[in-house]
Amino acid sequence: MKALYTWGFILAIIVFGSAGDVLQAYSMKRVGDLGKLHQQHGLLAVFKRIFQTPTFFLGIAAMAFGFFSLLLALSWADVSLVAPASASLTFMANAFAARIFLQEKVDARRWIAAACVAAGVAIMAI
Amino acid sequence: MNFRRGMILAGVAFFSSAGDTVLSAGMKQVGEISLSNLFTVFHAVSNPFVLVGILLLLGFFSCYLTALSWADLTYVLPATSIGYCLVAVFGKVFLHEQVTPLRWLGVFLIAAGVGFVAQSPHNTTHQHGGENPAPEVRS
Repeated sequence: MKALYTWGFILAIIVFGSAGDVLQAYSMKRVGDLGKLHQQHGLLAVFKRIFQTPTFFLGIAAMAFGFFSLLLALSWADVSLVAPASASLTFMANAFAARIFLQEKVDARRWIAAACVAAGVAIMAI
Repeated sequence: MNFRRGMILAGVAFFSSAGDTVLSAGMKQVGEISLSNLFTVFHAVSNPFVLVGILLLLGFFSCYLTALSWADLTYVLPATSIGYCLVAVFGKVFLHEQVTPLRWLGVFLIAAGVGFVAQSPHNTTHQHGGENPAPEVRS
């Protein structure tokens, strides 16, 4: 039963974590190049544009839920299982989510990169 | 990819790994937090290491948001995952943690992933084009 809870919350970390990343990426793509915005209109304009994007706050909320799922998962299982399992699976979930929701063209090169990093993170946990 | 953008990506990797390392050092000083009393975690903020760690992670977040404003998520994540390798190096040098050969193999795999994505176009969605709009299909 404990293992079921642990994996349930690892799943929650992955879902909320990648939802947060995708929402944040979507918001920043809508805001546009922060470097150019800063050069042309100053730092205040950068904050104003970010804070006027509702999906930015949704992203923050998703990240907060992900963080509390992590805390709960850590109360049932070791950090050496939870951290790498969630980090490497979030990596792969992000590749799928970016393709579906952000219409990024995830080519073979990026799939290999994501798989290499996910495998590397998993191995570092052993 | 110009120099300034390269520095932003390097900043994401550096600030996240330095932030985690400093936070880890701080939390080792603070000691274990009992799960029945999670709110004691707020007392940890008074530790100078934890405070510096939070400042470093704020630096990470601003670099991360800046990178996402001109590059794809599937570009930024692998390109900055060299931070996982930096954490292993920082852990060994500053916190005197043991890094086993298997962990170095993990570090190598991550570095290989970074190498793979580094040469690909950084924006494929055409919303803002970036400095160098990507062609439709590029293998």
